[in-house]
Amino acid sequence: MTTIFGYPLVVWMGQLLLGLINGSFYAMLSLGLAVIFGLLRVINFAHGALYMLGAFVALLMATHLGINYWFALVLAPLVVAAGGAVVERTMLSRLYKLDPLYGLLFTFGLALLIEGTFRYFFGASGQPYAVPGALAGGMNLGFMFLPIYRGWVIVASLVVCLAVWLLIEKTKLGSYLRASTEDPVLVQSFGVNVPLLLTLTYALGAGLAGLAGVLAAPIYQVSPLMGTNIIIIVFAVVVVGGMGSILGAIVTGYLLGIAEGLTKVIYPEASNIVIFVIMAIVLILRPAGLFGKDA
Amino acid sequence: MNRLIMTTALVAAGAMPAFAQEVSDNVVKIGILNDQSGVYADFGGKASYEAALMAVEDFGGTVLGQPIEVVTADHQNKADIASNIARQWYDTEQVDAIMELTTSSVALAVQALSKDADKITITTGAATTELTGAQCAPNSFHWAYDTHALAVGTGGALVDQGGDTWFFLTADYAFGYSLEEQTTEFVESKGGTVVGSVRHPLTNPDFSSFLLQAQASGAKVIGLANAGLDTQNAIKQAAEFGIVQGGQRLAALLFTLAEVNGLGLEAAQGLSLTESFYWNRDEASAEFGNRFMERTGVMPNMVQAGTYSAVLQYLKAVDAAGTDATEAVSAKLHEMPVDDVFAQGGTVGANGRLYKDVYLMEVKKPGDSDIPWDYYNVLQTIPGDQAYISPEDSGCPLVNG
Repeated sequence: MTTIFGYPLVVWMGQLLLGLINGSFYAMLSLGLAVIFGLLRVINFAHGALYMLGAFVALLMATHLGINYWFALVLAPLVVAAGGAVVERTMLSRLYKLDPLYGLLFTFGLALLIEGTFRYFFGASGQPYAVPGALAGGMNLGFMFLPIYRGWVIVASLVVCLAVWLLIEKTKLGSYLRASTEDPVLVQSFGVNVPLLLTLTYALGAGLAGLAGVLAAPIYQVSPLMGTNIIIIVFAVVVVGGMGSILGAIVTGYLLGIAEGLTKVIYPEASNIVIFVIMAIVLILRPAGLFGKDA
Repeated sequence: MNRLIMTTALVAAGAMPAFAQEVSDNVVKIGILNDQSGVYADFGGKASYEAALMAVEDFGGTVLGQPIEVVTADHQNKADIASNIARQWYDTEQVDAIMELTTSSVALAVQALSKDADKITITTGAATTELTGAQCAPNSFHWAYDTHALAVGTGGALVDQGGDTWFFLTADYAFGYSLEEQTTEFVESKGGTVVGSVRHPLTNPDFSSFLLQAQASGAKVIGLANAGLDTQNAIKQAAEFGIVQGGQRLAALLFTLAEVNGLGLEAAQGLSLTESFYWNRDEASAEFGNRFMERTGVMPNMVQAGTYSAVLQYLKAVDAAGTDATEAVSAKLHEMPVDDVFAQGGTVGANGRLYKDVYLMEVKKPGDSDIPWDYYNVLQTIPGDQAYISPEDSGCPLVNG
């Protein structure tokens, strides 16, 4: 049997695939963060809470309204996005003129508030969300047993990431968005409604987090703590990718997922810090991040 | 006849102040200190406080003619915060005893502090055997369960049932190590072998890598030496990877009714676990469970039922001692048998350990559970003297011999 560093090749392939699945979540979450930071200059600490909210909305839709997974996949992100839009319009937009620190503090407080509320009503241990019937079960790939649902997560996240990237880099709406971050006053003088664009941007980022939450619901226990557990990693992904770089966030998300997966084979104890070690190395060698423009 | 009643009343009235002088500050005050917002908030949490209130009400609301008060606080699983609260309770709020104390690090810290402050602690929420081992204290008690009982129950009993090869998924901190170590000891003493283990970080959301390694090991039993959300995620993902269907058995070393409820029977079915209380085990426990359910909306697990028992026994001891002075109450707690809904014929060792039966449970299939919260089949009853380390072997310096 072929071995690398003393581990059979099949083990590596299995872990590679698992890393890719975790990377899918990192990519989708860091994409939303990067979009929000890139266009609004807000470090959105509430991103983890929005992710948790997506999972909970899907869960509540299933238990109280009988809405199945596929509808929840569309509806829950819309609900989260709408909530995001309201927050941006009524509160966050008032902070743009202040130091970016205020945005960070506000979103951090918001995250604590949302999580605390959910913990009060649902307890810390959370609730289960069933894998949708059509995606239940798994298949034997020869080197590993792949639950079909996890395969679906990879496909779905790739499609979503690609779509968002195209939206921002290749469409007219995207060009407005990018232009209004460069010079909002000039863009506004062309008759573009910049505040509305910023609201839409925050809603898009929030919706992406909500979508990741719905995708995660059948895999992880739907718990008020699920956002806190993942948000720090996602921040590291954005930093490694380059603050505000959309492509950087996507690619780095998948890469770090894989790096983490492989660490779990070699030295499991380090699997939760490997991402931060990489972050430290990248910051030393390329302070602007892998894909960041040198400031 | 009238004269007799009058005399009795006079005697009683005369006796009251005499007793009252024996109760410090004219109130018996119990503190329930635990995690109410973090990962163990369902494990004990606010429901433990309710359990304490229930015990006070069931006792009658007063002891030695003085009111009983229960205070509570959230220690956030941090030993320093817990120590500060405990100190404040003892120094300025006249708290006589602290109970619950979920999380081993917290329990050890508060127990050490209480030893210096000459106060009583009764731990129900923490697992480490250290509490009644090397770090035991004369006025401290360990009530509901410990890592040894979990290891004997889940580890030992499963080997008897044919699960003789094990693979551990262990949380990478002191609690995980001690659980793995003690379970390994039991598995090996029964003739089983441990084929491997992997240590995962605390609050690790994704277990698939570790589960694949466990699957590849071919072990008959996968032991989950972790707690709370980690165990839930591991079990949920094990179902996803078809581990139980593939013939391997999952053994959660610390898992209670609260977590089973959170996970749902679909994912938890077939799981083996050990608890020292199950509400639907007999009539008395069901009656208690239903009363508890009415107040809290959940059925009690061993931590909550244990807290009820601890508070009740403490009040009985105060009553029997005729005072709330630490030494006298502690002596009564050591000598009085424990008979309530939680423990039947329980005894307390010189090291402060409560010896009572623990139960090996199996989680029911969704179809077999016909009433809400009816989650367990009791597979085996393990007598207290087998479940817990004897005072002589505990390493507690207070035990002679």
